[in-house]
Amino acid sequence: MDDPLVIAGESFSSRLIMGTGGASSLDALERALVASGAEIATVALRRIDPDAPGSVLEVLDRVGCKLLPNTAGCFTAKDAVLTARAARDAFETDWIKLEVIGDEDTLLPDTAELLKAAEELVDDGFVVLAYTNDDPIAAMRLQDAGCAAVMPLGSPIGSGMGIRNPYNLAIIRERCSVPVVLDAGIGTASDAVLAMELGCDAVLLASAVTRAHDPAAMAEAMKRAVEAGRLARHAGRIPRRLYAEASTPFEGLPEL
Amino acid sequence: MTRLWINGSAVELDDDAHVSDIVGRFTVSPRGTAVAVNGEVVPRSRWSDVSVKDGDRVEVLGAIGGG
Repeated sequence: MDDPLVIAGESFSSRLIMGTGGASSLDALERALVASGAEIATVALRRIDPDAPGSVLEVLDRVGCKLLPNTAGCFTAKDAVLTARAARDAFETDWIKLEVIGDEDTLLPDTAELLKAAEELVDDGFVVLAYTNDDPIAAMRLQDAGCAAVMPLGSPIGSGMGIRNPYNLAIIRERCSVPVVLDAGIGTASDAVLAMELGCDAVLLASAVTRAHDPAAMAEAMKRAVEAGRLARHAGRIPRRLYAEASTPFEGLPEL
Repeated sequence: MTRLWINGSAVELDDDAHVSDIVGRFTVSPRGTAVAVNGEVVPRSRWSDVSVKDGDRVEVLGAIGGG
């Protein structure tokens, strides 16, 4: 099925975007990335550790993933903009997963700072994929600010709580014309299926795979889940009914 | 001597040290590396031109898994 994910004019055949945080080793990460079939993977910037064994960048280059740097850990628009500029220089890409969080315990986005950072980065020529609350109004504001994709959470980062507000996601999908990527909260494959059935264009996840007992196997499960959910969305599900509707006709039933 | 801060640690460097000298202490691979001095990114193309001075706060960043 020729059904590419298109973000800012670039096409991808996989609708699974992989985060790279939480892996027990670079080797485990590489096996999971290969199994996931993902063509885009996130990367973060931190103070350089000259003694670090190997580099996540080498892994991503070997697997052939497009780099999506993030601004994880930023609490203000100012820090996020500076981090995005550093990432552009380090990774030679204008793409940025914009995260501006408001609280250490929930890691929920600070919408006011997020919007401010998005406007500044769009002005500066960045392709902004904005991590946002599952709030249709915030998503519309981010789209209007020029974001290339909006990425609502299903539930808090790393919580594995799945999709807590499917109705808001459905509204975001209905209202937004840019790609909608479910980002954060996925715990297992059925969560990814639901995201795609709700109409999300892609799913971004990390912990659900990297912290699974068998990351490579979970990565493959996620790959199939995203494909299954996308197919089901387009196949058109039957309406929910309160009462049964027989699939075997009553017509021709013998009198016994 | 130039006394400055690199990734939060106090460091003394020879006078007329440049950003490129600092990066060279950490890595040989410029790709995946970014530098900010006093809250402004110094682009890779200018690492050899920009010198550092007393009291500068230098951040040398590298790629890690995340997100």
